[in-house]
Amino acid sequence: MTDVTRDSSTGARVVVVGAGHAGGTLAALLRQTGFAGSITVFGQEEHLPYHRPPLSKDFTDGQPVKWLRDPEFYTEQKISFLLGQKVVSIDRARKTVRSSLGEDHPYDHLVLATGATPRLLTLPGGDLRGVLTLRDLSDAQRLRSAIDTDGALAIIGGGFVGLEVASVARNRGTEVIVLEREARILARVASEQLSAIMTSLHRERGTQIRTDVEIAGLRGHNGAVVAVLLADGSEIACSSVLLGVGATPREELALHADILCDQGIVVDDAARTSDPAILAIGDVTRRPVPGTEGHRRLESIPSAVEQAQQAASTILGLPQIAPEVPWFWSDQFDLKLKIAGIVTPLSETTLRGDPTTGRFALFHHRDGVLSAVESSNSPAEFMAGRKYIAHHTPIAPSRLADAETSLRDCVLV
Amino acid sequence: MPTITYILADSTERPLEVPTGQTVMEGSVRNNLPGIVAECGGGCSCATCHVYVDAAWAHAFTEANDEEAALVEFADGARAESRLACQLVVTEAADGARVTVAEN
Repeated sequence: MTDVTRDSSTGARVVVVGAGHAGGTLAALLRQTGFAGSITVFGQEEHLPYHRPPLSKDFTDGQPVKWLRDPEFYTEQKISFLLGQKVVSIDRARKTVRSSLGEDHPYDHLVLATGATPRLLTLPGGDLRGVLTLRDLSDAQRLRSAIDTDGALAIIGGGFVGLEVASVARNRGTEVIVLEREARILARVASEQLSAIMTSLHRERGTQIRTDVEIAGLRGHNGAVVAVLLADGSEIACSSVLLGVGATPREELALHADILCDQGIVVDDAARTSDPAILAIGDVTRRPVPGTEGHRRLESIPSAVEQAQQAASTILGLPQIAPEVPWFWSDQFDLKLKIAGIVTPLSETTLRGDPTTGRFALFHHRDGVLSAVESSNSPAEFMAGRKYIAHHTPIAPSRLADAETSLRDCVLV
Repeated sequence: MPTITYILADSTERPLEVPTGQTVMEGSVRNNLPGIVAECGGGCSCATCHVYVDAAWAHAFTEANDEEAALVEFADGARAESRLACQLVVTEAADGARVTVAEN
């Protein structure tokens, strides 16, 4: 064990665990806001931070990796990365973290940005060759080569990641079947109406979709997957399987340090955990969300960036920025989906536009106030909807339903 | 290399050399200027790179497409000069251009 001491004469020491979008953004924001102390970022992967959303989109389609910043940026900004290293424990009393090399690194502010890991299914055959998950660059490289060299791709789980990969695979001529446990795809993350529209779109483009499916296991031949076995006894032949059944927060470090976790590190709207010297940001957190009760996990880039801003403000003692309406995007075939707000069960839904053209928006509202908008190729509807949600602007649903009525004229004044 | 002057929220001016072919957003991100967040990395999706291009320099960039125009129309603080910096590709014609970063 070595004690690695750093020059702290210029200010506090920030240690960030995790070199994803959240950790990388925070490091840059701290410098942008004038933080003069040391910034050390641990990254388990060998790579500097990169944009993760393209991994299920453009990257799988053959585009190069998209870095968050050039390597020179971090040198110029005096941001140190310890890549290929993990943090194995936190000593809260001494304010140090121990690395996988056995070194202790002191901190004044520790930021946990450890992300999430793909949920695995404990299935017979789950460890066969050709059974893939998608989270990081090496996963995406394997998936890309599987799509280009193999036969049929079976995607277990009809969530956003699975459907984005299905779009790319179909565009590249691969046979795709999506197997969903629930009664509809996107069941946990989108309205019934959007699920129905996306089901039609994917089927039109040749993706098979089966819902209410129970998976019994995977069958292999010579160590490689050759079929998905269903509980009803049927089999679906395939050359590779993508498990797209969600992700679990990587909260082990926090749990072992007795920091409050509840399927995610619990944080407030300033990114603070139950330890005042420890912050958490990004996919690992369970966070307050404006307009909803309690805490939620929001696995999205906008949430990670917002929390990076919160953490920077907390570290620097600056006022917090106003909370954002949560939103995220997804690209499937030629549809650019943008979703803002939270679809609540008791809301009514108004459709604007024509789903068969790919250009439409679903407005979810209650008592004339929007709670969510699910838009496709409709940037104005998305932007206006997000604004109306944030300001609780009273709207007239019947006017929203008419795509010829200007969005401004849908507001009741 | 063209120089673009970024006017920040606190009115400070930051002239930067931006290589041709890069966008006004990339020039800002590369130099860690505040205000241009660029969550989506330049995909004309997030509208977090909202800027105002001085009217005298509007001609130095290609016109906004429908998607960009619709995104900025409802952005906070939208004005006639509003653009998304990720869509402003720098050419020699943009040398000397002045852009004001919109407040988020």
